[in-house]
Amino acid sequence: MEYNLRTPVKKEEILRLKVRDVVYISGKVITARDEAHLRMLEYFDNNKPLPFRVEDVVVYHCGPIIIEDEGKFRAISAGPTTSARLNPLVPKILKKVESMVMIGKGGMSGEVADALKEKGVYLAYTGGAGALAARAIKEVKGVYWQDLGMPEAVWVFEVERFGPCIVAIDAHGNSIYAEVEKRVEENFRSILSPL
Amino acid sequence: MVSREEVIEVVVDLLRKAHTELPEDVVNALKNAYEREEGIARSIIKAILDNISASKNLGVPMCQDTGIPVVFVEIGREVDLNFDLKEAIREGVKKATKEVPLRPNAVHPLTRKNPGTNVGSHIPQINIDLVEGDAIKLTIMPKGAGSENVSSLKMLLPSQVDQIERFIIETVKNAKGKPCPPIIVGVGIGSTFDGCAKLAKKALLRRIDEMSKFELELLEKINRLGIGPSGLGGRTTALAVLVEMGYCHTASLPVAVNIQCWANRRASAVLR
Repeated sequence: MEYNLRTPVKKEEILRLKVRDVVYISGKVITARDEAHLRMLEYFDNNKPLPFRVEDVVVYHCGPIIIEDEGKFRAISAGPTTSARLNPLVPKILKKVESMVMIGKGGMSGEVADALKEKGVYLAYTGGAGALAARAIKEVKGVYWQDLGMPEAVWVFEVERFGPCIVAIDAHGNSIYAEVEKRVEENFRSILSPL
Repeated sequence: MVSREEVIEVVVDLLRKAHTELPEDVVNALKNAYEREEGIARSIIKAILDNISASKNLGVPMCQDTGIPVVFVEIGREVDLNFDLKEAIREGVKKATKEVPLRPNAVHPLTRKNPGTNVGSHIPQINIDLVEGDAIKLTIMPKGAGSENVSSLKMLLPSQVDQIERFIIETVKNAKGKPCPPIIVGVGIGSTFDGCAKLAKKALLRRIDEMSKFELELLEKINRLGIGPSGLGGRTTALAVLVEMGYCHTASLPVAVNIQCWANRRASAVLR
């Protein structure tokens, strides 16, 4: 199935998605990498409200290249970063929010797939496709936590038909990565057996 | 005679070229992969090819991870240098960071403080070789972290020659979808602990459409893993396997596997 989703993505829309569906996102996307996830957790620990609502946006694992053009920020290359680095952090964040839609690349762990149950989805965007991604970013609406530096800050993007994104982990415990990993392990054993 | 200013400009040009124009041998390998694949894998390769065109047409980096600049310099024995070549290269990287622009990636390893210039202690990484002739050849390979992070080195025993293949394939298997497959696998066999890593990195400078029988066999085995484009399954896990070898101590067998993403960016220029 192919879906066009607009933020905020409702819970019922999240629950409808199944692995291998293709999704195009329009609306508000925020970037968050290692440092931004750590700071979100720091805010939760101190009962401090975040400057954005995770449920209202799509969280994009991305450290973009941003330029300042006549006083306005512009994203010129903004592909996804390796989501696996965030494996230990994302389940902790999912405990504190109602729902979350993530976009990243390379896949996430079984623990993340468990934490996403009934709560959220992980969408895969083509790794390395920075110029293509930037083309779908219509405006940089703002930035939070700029002290973290350009790649680690939380940038707020207005996007139009950002995609194709593949539903790689759905809200029902299904993960393409778990399926692929199982097959890869079997293939690995058969490749090595005659050696 | 080559001047400092010339080197600075050439470094900027090479970085711009590397980030906006993928070498045609790599583009051709991706086009072949597109023909082979179906379903999700095919749509991922299509996005990669669309991205390569968008990068070239818009003149913006194909990947936001513009990497760490790894520079290889071959200096002709007859070249007369009256300036600090390393300083000029560092200045070129600073200038390119502003002008291309590049993402400022280089940070202090412990404080993670980012000077914003892509220049710091031992960065850019500059490798200098002395060769015959009267020219300077500059090659720049921007190396991203997604692929560098899943690279691996192992000091095998001399009795484990038959374990080399297993180590290479296992390194690719453990990397899963993290290094942005389809990948290029650079392998160094022999030399020393640091020497085999350098051989693996230098292997990545080679054209990817010229492989030996050994390399092609390894490629075929790696592609049977089924990790596929972006790790979502498929026939194309790697586009190439490139192996370089060197002699080693009779008591050791170092093997390094340096993984490169599909964005196998590299550019060279000759200065006289």
